[in-house]
Parts: sequence; structure tokens; C-alpha cells
Amino acid sequence: MALNRTDVENIAHLARIAINDEDIAATTAKLSGILELIDKMQAVDTQGIVPLAHPLETTQRLRDDLVTESNQREAFQAIAPATQEGLYLVPQVIE
Amino acid sequence: MHDKTLAALSQALQSKTISSVELTQHYLQRIEQFDQTLNSYITVTADLALEQAKAADARIAAGSATPLTGIPLAHKDLFCTQGVRTSCGSKMLDNFIAPYESTVTARFIEAGAVTLGKTNLDEFAMGSSTESSFYGPTRNPWDTERVPGGSSGGSAAAVAARLCAGATGTDTGGSIRQPAGFTALTGLKPTYGRVSRWGMIAYASSLDQGGPMARTAEDCAIMMQVMAGFDAKDSTSVDEPVSNYTAELNAPLKGLRIGLPKEYFASGLDAATADAIHAAVKQFQTLGAEIKEISLPNAELAIPAYYVIAPAEASSNLSRFDGVRFGYRCENPSDLTDLYKRSRGEGFGDEVKRRIMVGAYALSAGYYDAYYLQAQKIRRLIKNDFLAAYEQVDVILCPTSPTPPFKIGEKIDDPVSLYLTDIYTITANLAGVPGIALPAGFAQGLPLGMQLLGPYFSEARLLNIAHQYQQVTDWHHRAPAGY
Repeated sequence: MALNRTDVENIAHLARIAINDEDIAATTAKLSGILELIDKMQAVDTQGIVPLAHPLETTQRLRDDLVTESNQREAFQAIAPATQEGLYLVPQVIE
Repeated sequence: MHDKTLAALSQALQSKTISSVELTQHYLQRIEQFDQTLNSYITVTADLALEQAKAADARIAAGSATPLTGIPLAHKDLFCTQGVRTSCGSKMLDNFIAPYESTVTARFIEAGAVTLGKTNLDEFAMGSSTESSFYGPTRNPWDTERVPGGSSGGSAAAVAARLCAGATGTDTGGSIRQPAGFTALTGLKPTYGRVSRWGMIAYASSLDQGGPMARTAEDCAIMMQVMAGFDAKDSTSVDEPVSNYTAELNAPLKGLRIGLPKEYFASGLDAATADAIHAAVKQFQTLGAEIKEISLPNAELAIPAYYVIAPAEASSNLSRFDGVRFGYRCENPSDLTDLYKRSRGEGFGDEVKRRIMVGAYALSAGYYDAYYLQAQKIRRLIKNDFLAAYEQVDVILCPTSPTPPFKIGEKIDDPVSLYLTDIYTITANLAGVPGIALPAGFAQGLPLGMQLLGPYFSEARLLNIAHQYQQVTDWHHRAPAGY
């Protein structure tokens, strides 16, 4: 399926990815090419076929509800772009 | 020293013919000498390696060594290594010092192996040529104008150029087997769930699987013994007993039934690769195997299905890179949405952005049934093809790629042409079955690869078959000129 500029802008917004205006045409062409490849699937009749999500079809393993992680806030925040008093800093979201 | 296989180096270390410090220094010197050209490493951890080597020599002297104690290895730069940059080949993680150790690398450290460094890869493992790395392309030591394959191309080039004794890779759509084929190495993609994914930066979680890349099947068996096994920290890790991979290498192949999928030898396969595999078929017959033509009728649907499932999972997995908690953040964001969008727009490369967008589209309201659900149904058909084939044969033999290694830049502007190079490898990931790639010959000095695919948890048998082939051939002993 061929996408247009508006489609690509919508998809980029869903994916929270900024695209420069001058790159939209090339991105549209490449994404359309990929979707054309993918669309070969549509010719196959898969009625009655059960979707396969996990190759070994096992169920999610459960464990006892116990604390397994220790607090490593300092180690994790040491690699954060901006923190203050143990909090992650982002641009103001509440006026 | 670097001429020796990992197995031979292990013996030399145990018998104290060489020390791990000497061996580590030798590889570090070779990296210095050759890697300016090859660009197989993103990060070289020389100080850490020498420290580990000293500890390994002490452990050998104390008599508590394992077969990997003192062996210098390299790890694909998507295994988190505590205190060492783990970049995933991306600007997004250029400043990311992993705060924890992946299960795979932790197991190697526990076994006493030495970490020489972190190897180059396609950004977030999305690619088949190692050209999409933020750190520039890796070159193939067999011909430096050509790609080493991908996404584990840095690991492949490093082992092939003898810049380490073995390396880890990961395989989501062929990323261990295709580069092994392009560099005349042996590489094993285990059954989904056999090797822990904990601490491996996720691309497509239902397909990703780590495995060894080395010169020989025996070397892979030694590495696999350490990598394989249950890990409670990985929710899809499989709790099955681990075989003794090295002990089973010498089993005879008499009566082995090998299937040749007719779809994989149809149009599009390079003639030299087809000839090499037919020659290998004769070798296997001499070793006592029986050959049978089989069919994997839905094979051609694997690429379309993969390019829905993998991007869909990627779009979900890569949502964590938001410029807030770690990794790249854009300058002067005007608001939170701008922070997200520009951090991701500037931090990810083009191919990663394409795949995230394809995934976001495939999962978006109104398209889910037509794309994601349809792809999962096709995934079932592909798995059923393998189950039917393994009723008739023990393993499947086929090429790893339709052509020998292509030139750097040749396919970079046409993503679809690059996707099609994975035609022979992707089916195994969708079905979750294991596969081993090994060298089958050369054409004009370029390596030709083949792979053996087996039923679930047949890693020991695959290593055994590859090892027996390598007892009667010498492709795996050839080194690229000048290395």
C-alpha cells in the first residue's frame, strides 16, 4: 500500500519521532516500498489458522511475589540526562 | 598464537604453554594493528582484559580453570556490560554505561574468559551488513571493500581477522548465521529460549536469540556450554537440561537424514553457492548421511511476515528510548512532546526509524488484523512446515545467503533489496528452531556459507554434524590474506 505525506506524518507522530520536512518525501517512498513487500502476505488465505505468538507456545512463568530487586536509584540516575533530588527532570508539563 | 582455534588455545593455556596475559596482549596488539581498517570493535577494554587475564592465569595455576578460563573473547555491543559503554551501534546509547551485566557476559566472566571489547553491529541489530552503525561500517577481512554481513558483523570480522578467539552474536533474522557465512566462520543460533536474553538490548523479543561465533564447531560447542541454560531473569528462558555439547561432537553421522528444501535452491541462488552446497552434500553422503528433497512451501512468506513482526516488536521495545531516563536527549526541548520526538528523531538512525514507523503503523488501530495478526498466522504456517519436514528428515541443509558478500554501499539506499538477502535465515527465527552456519567453500576468494537447521533443542546434534564435516574439510582453517 502506498502512503502519502499525511500518513507518514501521522505514523511519525504515533512513533514520537521528529522528521525534518525535507526528509518526508524519501521516508514516504521507502516506507511505501516496505509495505509493498509486506503486502505479499495479504494474498494468503489464513482462515482458521491460529496466530503464533511464541515459537514454543509456552505460558508465562510465574514466581513468588517477593521483592527481588534492591534500590539502585543512584546507579540508574547517574546515567540520566537530567535529575534533581532523585527525580528525573523534563520540561514543565503543568502550568 | 592467533592461528590456533579456541579449543587449541584452551589446551595451551591449561598446559601453561602460554599465559592468558601473553595471549591477551597479543590480541590487543593485533586489534591496534588491524582494526583501524576493519572497524570491528566499537570499544576495546584493554585494562579490563589484562586484569581478567591476570586473574585467569592465577586461576589456572590454582587448578580451578574451566575450558574458557583465560580465553580472549569479544561481545556484540548489545550485551550490557557493567561499567562499560553498551552502545548498540546507536547515537542514542553513545553515552550509555550499562549499570548491570547481561546473563551471557556474566556467565563468561564467571567461567574466567577475558573480555577484549565490544563489537560493532547494525544499529539496534537492525540490518544485514553492519553499515547502519553510528560508528561506521565494519569491513570484511576477506575483502575490505565488502560487508561482513550483519547485524553481528563486528563479531564476525573480529573472529575472522583473528582479533579475538571467539565472539558472541545475536540472531533475530539471521544475524549470526549470515555474517558467519560471509566471513567463513561457524556460528550457532540456538533454539529460542535456550540462551538467556536478560541484559541483551531487545530488538524483536519473540525472535532474538544469542549464540556463539567462532572458527569451528568445536569452538562454538565450548562457548555454547557456558551460554546455554535456564535463567529465571528471562521470562522466556526455557527450563530444559543442557546437553554436553563437546562430548557429543564425535558421534558418527551414519544414517543421518538430511533434507534439501527445494524452495531454497530455486531461482535467485548464486551458482557458486549452489555448487558449494552440492559438494557438501557429497561429503555428507561419504560420511554416511542420506539425502532427501523436502519442501518448506511457505518459505517465501517469511520475509513479509518477519517485516511485520520484528518492526512491531521493535516499535514497542524501543519506546523506552525517550530522552528522559538514559541515552541521548535533544538540546533545549520546548515541551515534553518535543523532548520525545527530537530525542528520538536525532538519536536514532534512518533504518531504526523506518522499522519503528513500520511497526507503529502495523499495530495502529484498524490495521492490526491485516498486518500483525496475519503475520502471526503465517508464522504458524512456517512453523508447521518445519514440523512436517522433521517428520521426514533429521536436519535441513541450505545456503545462508543467496550471494557471497556484497560491496559496502551497494544496498544501502534500497532497504527492501537488503531485506531480501535474509531469505534463507529468517524462517528459523519465526519457527524458533536452531541453526548452525559453517563455511562451505570460496568463490573468487569470497566465503560461501551453508547452514544446518534442526528440530527444537538439537544444538548438540547440529554441532556434531558441523564438527564431523570439519574433520574432512579445511574451509574453516583458511585465513583471510594478511591476517
